[in-house]
Amino acid sequence: MRPGFVLEVDRSTPPTLFHHGEGFRLERLPVGSRVVYPPEPLPVLRDIDAAIRHALLHPVDSEPLPALLRPGMRLTIAFDDISLPLPPMRRPDARQRVIEAVLDLAAEAGVDDVHLIAALALHRRMTEAELRHALGDRIYDAFAPRGLLYNFDAEDPDNLSFLGRTEQGEEVEISKRAAESDLLVYVNINLVAMDGGHKSTATGLASYRSLRHHHNVRTMQHSRSFMDQHRSELHSSNWRMGEVIRNAGVKIFQIETTLNNDTFPKPFDFLQKREWEWTLRDRSAYLAATKALGRTPERLRRSIFQSVLAPHNLTGVNAGEVEAVHRLTTAKVVEQQVVHVEGQADILTMGLPYISPYNVNSVMNPILVMCLGLGYFFNLYRRQPLVREGGVLIMSHPTRWEFHPVHHPSYIDFFEELLAETTDPLELEKTYEQSFAEDEWYRHLYRTSYAYHGVHPFYMWYWGAHALQHLGGVIIVGGEAKAVRRLGFKPATTLADALEMATDVVGRDPSLTHIHTPPLMLAEVT
Amino acid sequence: MKALRVERSLPRFAAARVAGALAPGRAARVGPLHLVDVDPPPLPGPDWVRVRPRLSGICGSDLATVDGVASPWFEPVVSFPFVPGHEVVGDLDADGGGGRVVVEPVLGCAARGIEPRCEGCRTDDVGRCRNIAFGHLEPGLQTGYCADTGGGWSLGLVAHRSQLHAVPETMSDEAAVMVEPTACAIRGALKCHDAGGAVVAVVGAGTLGLCVVAALHRFVGPDRLIVGAKHPVQRRLATELGATVVVEPANLARSVRRATGSMAVGDDGDRARSQPLQRLTGGADVVVDCVGSANSLAQALAIVAPGGRIVMVGMPGTLTVDLTPLWHREVELVGAYAYGAEPTLGRRTFDLALELVAEARLERLVSATYPLQRHPDALAHAADAGRRGAVKVAFDLRTEKGRRS
Repeated sequence: MRPGFVLEVDRSTPPTLFHHGEGFRLERLPVGSRVVYPPEPLPVLRDIDAAIRHALLHPVDSEPLPALLRPGMRLTIAFDDISLPLPPMRRPDARQRVIEAVLDLAAEAGVDDVHLIAALALHRRMTEAELRHALGDRIYDAFAPRGLLYNFDAEDPDNLSFLGRTEQGEEVEISKRAAESDLLVYVNINLVAMDGGHKSTATGLASYRSLRHHHNVRTMQHSRSFMDQHRSELHSSNWRMGEVIRNAGVKIFQIETTLNNDTFPKPFDFLQKREWEWTLRDRSAYLAATKALGRTPERLRRSIFQSVLAPHNLTGVNAGEVEAVHRLTTAKVVEQQVVHVEGQADILTMGLPYISPYNVNSVMNPILVMCLGLGYFFNLYRRQPLVREGGVLIMSHPTRWEFHPVHHPSYIDFFEELLAETTDPLELEKTYEQSFAEDEWYRHLYRTSYAYHGVHPFYMWYWGAHALQHLGGVIIVGGEAKAVRRLGFKPATTLADALEMATDVVGRDPSLTHIHTPPLMLAEVT
Repeated sequence: MKALRVERSLPRFAAARVAGALAPGRAARVGPLHLVDVDPPPLPGPDWVRVRPRLSGICGSDLATVDGVASPWFEPVVSFPFVPGHEVVGDLDADGGGGRVVVEPVLGCAARGIEPRCEGCRTDDVGRCRNIAFGHLEPGLQTGYCADTGGGWSLGLVAHRSQLHAVPETMSDEAAVMVEPTACAIRGALKCHDAGGAVVAVVGAGTLGLCVVAALHRFVGPDRLIVGAKHPVQRRLATELGATVVVEPANLARSVRRATGSMAVGDDGDRARSQPLQRLTGGADVVVDCVGSANSLAQALAIVAPGGRIVMVGMPGTLTVDLTPLWHREVELVGAYAYGAEPTLGRRTFDLALELVAEARLERLVSATYPLQRHPDALAHAADAGRRGAVKVAFDLRTEKGRRS
């Protein structure tokens, strides 16, 4: 496995790959630009099931799981939802492997009161097919028909428990079943440094009453970045809430898994290679893919991409006390993703792929484009952003004025009405958040259909709040001009046009850094 | 004198229907409308005067006539041949006292020399006149539909003194030509005079829709005024004239739903992926339909609250619409035609319109003017106004050859 790498573009450098929704572009970057490549995939665990069993029997800062299990107890197993991992992994999913192992031990201990809860917070409910994919048919058939496997409902007042307030007054309200269980086993997939730890329960099983304390503009503007636990207010707030949960007597056995960044299967594996190392086969695959995709109707193209299952697999599994486990997990994530980069650039470029945490089996709408670029990718840093304050972010994505009406109903209203008035996160939060959060129809669709909660588009917008504050301009290459303008950004047809437009903000001869992601990386910017 | 005249010719109307169906406003070349030289209409009586039009607007009802798609309802209350044009600002002949006037075109009992006057005319509500086909004039609901009076699309018409309103010196012709459509809009807006503090939705943002927005904003003051507008120019003007929220027509239901905290039905499942939201269980207290089509009425029915009111301001024709929601949700459907007295404000509609046009600067809605000679272009422009970035299109008679100064 080779570590991450920063390439300085010279005249002999081949064109650089940019993801572009359900497609790709090859772009020639100006000489002197830097391209940041993520490390190559870490080796996966040789015997995954044995590693899982080992983690359960030899946890960190906790008794072994069998010692925590007894007949007559109430056991709840919560697990990460459809937003992880990206793309979805091949079967068997990590959650299935881990939960099967936990259930085996529970069965051996005679535990028969077991509930499985998809910890989706305010995300959309998982469908049967998605639950089957994540947990396997055996678990689904054993638990779902008896109502013992279900999606968390953050709007069910009868099934929420208020556990108290943090010293900063943040209210902590989580799933009643989880709170009142003798043991809560949380099964996590840790894709980025922000995931896991206390965030698993304090966010995944929490209601709006709780979430609003850290899913807000102030928190996001004070999380620099939210991938850096030591400088993330999001992290701090979740940790404070975790303490309240612990002090309320909720016993959590945390199981965290880490994945390598082997993201794309054949024939798309060229997407994670360095361009000068492309073989003839890779070049042919690129040409064939771009040509074929160009002729494919949009919906079919989307369904092809959404059916991609990543070959990534487990590099580690740790279990035990939440914070102790998360320290190990974070170290593994950093090992897989960190790239050292010296200095900031005037311009940061990125190609946005077809998928984000919130459009699995769905449509990547313009708000999610903003969130992926300015929220997730911009924040893939520690110490300082890859682009200087007042610099320009150039993203490549088709950015269609298109929404999935079942999954994202409140997004449509947010985009059509609210963004037409203002793109200021603080103004949106102050004036509109509550009305969306308490809208009965959104509530109904969240609880009974497959809709993200009414407030969710606000969170997506807040996710980009730090970037909006930091940047001097945002340009989207190849996006639908009307949609791009509605986001408050500038549209450009080509990268060359975008670079020319950026000079209005950053001046002539700007420095440029491009992040070659996905696969995911974490830039340590010194 | 030059005039655009509509003849009674069944083959021409049939041809217009075909051409108009292909492209609205395109029937001018094949339909019943012709540019002709005619004698000025004789004065029908002692209280009649001659008016030389300066500007005369093209209304949706005019386009329906030219395209041969006007409702058969009008046949008994129209007399052929007639000169269209009922949105008129003109010069009063010296014999009539001179000065600029706008014409209130309804031909009620006073104009028709009918005594005693009908109940509508007795209360000054001429739009409700029961005698529009009787008296010493040929049938005609308004100037511009009556063979005896002429109309605004010409160099001369005759008007009864009761129809005239002096134009203030400070008011431009462009503003004055907006008085008649604005009066229609005020009439519609005041059908929901009790909707102050309520949620009102407006379907359609052409001339009438925009004037309705201005009138609602000025005279009613709804808490939320939500407008469905198709074209950018319409969206901009609707906002400027007082709309709280302006959305694409397909998103009107979404916007009303959110403003009213309503639930919605018929929008679940993959079937709905590419469809706009179907219908609301609650909805707007009042919906003003400024289009008058089957689609607009269906949309109004889908977004009006149970027990709410739909005000139909746009001129409908023969429509096929499922009225089940009207019955099921006990919705009130109210027409709003023309003008007269407005008892809720104790004023006449035209007087209110003269004020509103000036206050809201509605002359900005006049986007283009044409000479009579170019009537095919004018009608095509008017029929496609929104898409071409225009609102009101009018004939400019001020520089026509043969017009007496």
